[in-house]
Amino acid sequence: MTVIAKSMTAASLLALLSAGGALAQDSSDPVRLTLHDWTGQLITTQLMGSVLQKAGLTVEYVQADYLAQFAGLETGDLHIAMEIWETTGREAMDAATATGNVVNLGPTGMQAKEEWWYPAYMVEQCPGLPDWEALKEAACAEAFATAETAPKGRYLGGPVTWGGFDEERIEALDLPFEVIHAGTDAALFAELESAIQREAPVLLWVYAPHWAPAKFEGDWVAFPEYTAECYTDPAWGINPDAAYDCGKPFGDIWKVVWSGLAEKWPKAAAAVEAFSIDNDEMGAMITEVDLNGASVESVVAGWMEQNEARWSGWID
Amino acid sequence: MAGRGIRAVVVWAGALALLALFITFGKPLAPWAFDWPRAAELPAARWISALMRWLLNDASFGLFTFRDLTRAVAAVIDLPYRAVLGLLSGGFGALPPLGWLAVTGLAMVIGHRAGGWALAALSGAGFLFIAVFGQWTSAMVTLASILIAVPIGIAGGLALGLAAHRWPGLNRAITPALDLMQTIPVFAYLVPVLILFGFGPVAAVIATVIYAMPPMTRITQLSLSRVPSELRDLGQMVGCSRHQMTWKVMIPSAREGLMVGVNQVIMLSLNMVIIASMIGAGGLGFDVLAALRRLDFGAGLEAGFAIVALAIVLDRISQAMAQDRPGARAGHSYLLVALAVLVLAGGLTMVLPGAQDYPAEARLSTGTFWSDVVRHINVNYFDALEAVKNFFLLNLMIPFKRFLIGLPWLGVAALLALAGWRLGGARLAALSGGLVVVIAATGLWEEAMTTVYLCGIAVVIAMLIGLPIGVLAAERDSLWPGLKLVIDTLQTLPSFVYLMPAVMLFRVGDFTALLAVVAYAIAPAIRYTALGLQGVDARLVEAGRAMGCTRGQILWRIKLRLALPEILLGLNQTIMFALSMLVITALVGTRDLGQEVYIALTKADAGRGLVAGMCVAFIAIIADRLIQGAARRARARLGLET
Repeated sequence: MTVIAKSMTAASLLALLSAGGALAQDSSDPVRLTLHDWTGQLITTQLMGSVLQKAGLTVEYVQADYLAQFAGLETGDLHIAMEIWETTGREAMDAATATGNVVNLGPTGMQAKEEWWYPAYMVEQCPGLPDWEALKEAACAEAFATAETAPKGRYLGGPVTWGGFDEERIEALDLPFEVIHAGTDAALFAELESAIQREAPVLLWVYAPHWAPAKFEGDWVAFPEYTAECYTDPAWGINPDAAYDCGKPFGDIWKVVWSGLAEKWPKAAAAVEAFSIDNDEMGAMITEVDLNGASVESVVAGWMEQNEARWSGWID
Repeated sequence: MAGRGIRAVVVWAGALALLALFITFGKPLAPWAFDWPRAAELPAARWISALMRWLLNDASFGLFTFRDLTRAVAAVIDLPYRAVLGLLSGGFGALPPLGWLAVTGLAMVIGHRAGGWALAALSGAGFLFIAVFGQWTSAMVTLASILIAVPIGIAGGLALGLAAHRWPGLNRAITPALDLMQTIPVFAYLVPVLILFGFGPVAAVIATVIYAMPPMTRITQLSLSRVPSELRDLGQMVGCSRHQMTWKVMIPSAREGLMVGVNQVIMLSLNMVIIASMIGAGGLGFDVLAALRRLDFGAGLEAGFAIVALAIVLDRISQAMAQDRPGARAGHSYLLVALAVLVLAGGLTMVLPGAQDYPAEARLSTGTFWSDVVRHINVNYFDALEAVKNFFLLNLMIPFKRFLIGLPWLGVAALLALAGWRLGGARLAALSGGLVVVIAATGLWEEAMTTVYLCGIAVVIAMLIGLPIGVLAAERDSLWPGLKLVIDTLQTLPSFVYLMPAVMLFRVGDFTALLAVVAYAIAPAIRYTALGLQGVDARLVEAGRAMGCTRGQILWRIKLRLALPEILLGLNQTIMFALSMLVITALVGTRDLGQEVYIALTKADAGRGLVAGMCVAFIAIIADRLIQGAARRARARLGLET
């Protein structure tokens, strides 16, 4: 009984209540987890799926678009989404949880890092980097310029849908730069790869955990550190008249599920809630797959073997 | 004739001069004619969102809700899908799916039945390619959903076309509906479809059918109306029933046109593979997306070409089936051969595991070859490419974009209304002018003009390249089969495959988007030009030759003029194709209506997405109606129609 009480989380408590006081049996229907198109998410999801299989559940993976999946989570066609990034998925996640059909089961333990990033060879032309004030110098901005943006520097931002307040940041910090938005993640990193091959100047939005900062040598621009007030209170920070005079926020990566999960598969809900992994572990696994050519399945199997004590704690 | 020509010149010169005056001096006088006042914007997005919410959550027929109905439809489609998927990929319980050897063998048998040894070889080669490059599992998942979507699209399109042919009232009603289906970007209605039909392969099948069916309907209508009246009279005389008339007289004699429709349904269905994979269909589309996120161009190309291989095999088999082949053996002997292939392949799997799953050791891969090619070009020629790009951007694209965005909506509405009036009378004038006003009223004027700019330049370039190639292909018959392969490839190879290398060489932005749009939109420009020229009456050409025309004169004075209606249809389709690429161009950072649709999708805002999607459709409708008007006039002048 003590074991049960210990692992009883808010989610399973909910299930317990709705099942009329008795421990609900997990349904034998398959639990559907969504797969997206980036390696880290494939690993996280298949780790979770393997753990659920060890708990005796049937698991089905469904390939789904990161944002379109919310429609499926709301109707209960899909059940578990393992990586909703605070930095890119917040709005869609809030809209979904507001319907009451989708629940946030807490952070995965990984921290999303997003910031302006430059390859190491750019330090020669902008010796002041990584300090952000180096970007204010005309020569430095010029080094990053293209025909369309000259004499301003070109900063390649994320897709418009990611938000990020880079236009505001440039305005507030008075940087001689212009934001060009990439349409997708793939386009963003295609430009990075292209520039690195030619050792050409590039300054762009990079995030981690991702293969790019692991594969290429470079560094994040050091802006004044983010605080919540920086984004809301103009008086905060270097520029007393403007908000956004600081770097981008770090953010959690959330686990989001269909609200019926706890009722239909209480074990699954508890396990998802307990799931936790950190950036370094994940970074190592992504590198293994994207740079060393291992398959996602073998990397996941390796982790399961080495961490049996950890995951078995999530399912009993 | 000359008098009319002069009058037209005077009217247009006057209108353009007025417009120029208005642009130069009008802004301070009537700023509202340039920027639609924010206060008067139509809250169309809110209305549509509210309607959607009602439809998705509350609409009810008393005993069951609208959603129950759509879910029931989904369940019905799910049954055959599961069966086909099990057969090709998943297996049934302990029973394994058909192995690669069995499927390839079956495809060859079907190919032989439809078109002899040549087609059998082609089918075999297509599937072998898929197996050898390690795309088998994904390709079978994709094939399963295509095998469900294509028959639904063909049957649905045919039924709708027949009905429209029989009841002209219905015809008028569905034409705008077809325009909307074909031109509203799929992303705009993705969320409602997912909620109504559930997240998964069935929703993907339905989205595919919505997109791929309209050409079948249109072509059915067109072909049926072209059936010679003598044939119909004959049918009546021999006492055909209505049923016999339809199936024994009309459809067989319209067969050639109908097969173009079938071809388009197959091509467009395979074109949806990428988007379908985003909503749970998986398969090759997913592989393409995942490979390009890793910037593994080789893997993306291999998966992309597996899609092309499927498209070509399916298309060629369906085309051949429509042609009667004298001397084809009776169906049951083929059935026996097919059974023999199955038993043989099944038996082989018992002793040889490689007959079930293609052995991994014998797989081929281009590995890093393509990435290396792109790297080589990038490192050595980037500066030259950049110079070309900057020349185009700074001298052509950016000035044209600024010009269009600066135009007053009122002036554009007036000009298009004038064009409508000249080409088709008062109704067309009201339609073109009215739709422009609606676009302005939604507050999306700038995005709409960016769309027109990007698609406009792309269509001009596609026609400039496509027309001469089409002419060449029509003049030299031996070029056509090879060229057809190229256009089919362009139409079905996911543009993502070449979009990402293009980003590496040209950075994100309008130029890269333009390349992708041109590559896709060039296919109809070539196809319809060639078709039109090939269809020119040989007697007229002969008569021209007898009168001593040179080759050039025959081409310019006779062939091109007579093929003008088809060429204009090609122009129409080029515009439609260019507009349908908008969502893809949004992925490389353009700021047009496609981007607006994409943003709405990411914010799960159905209303906003549909409004932007409808603006795309309105642009398409205006272009389509004006071109149709021009085509009618051209035909009348040539005496092809009275």
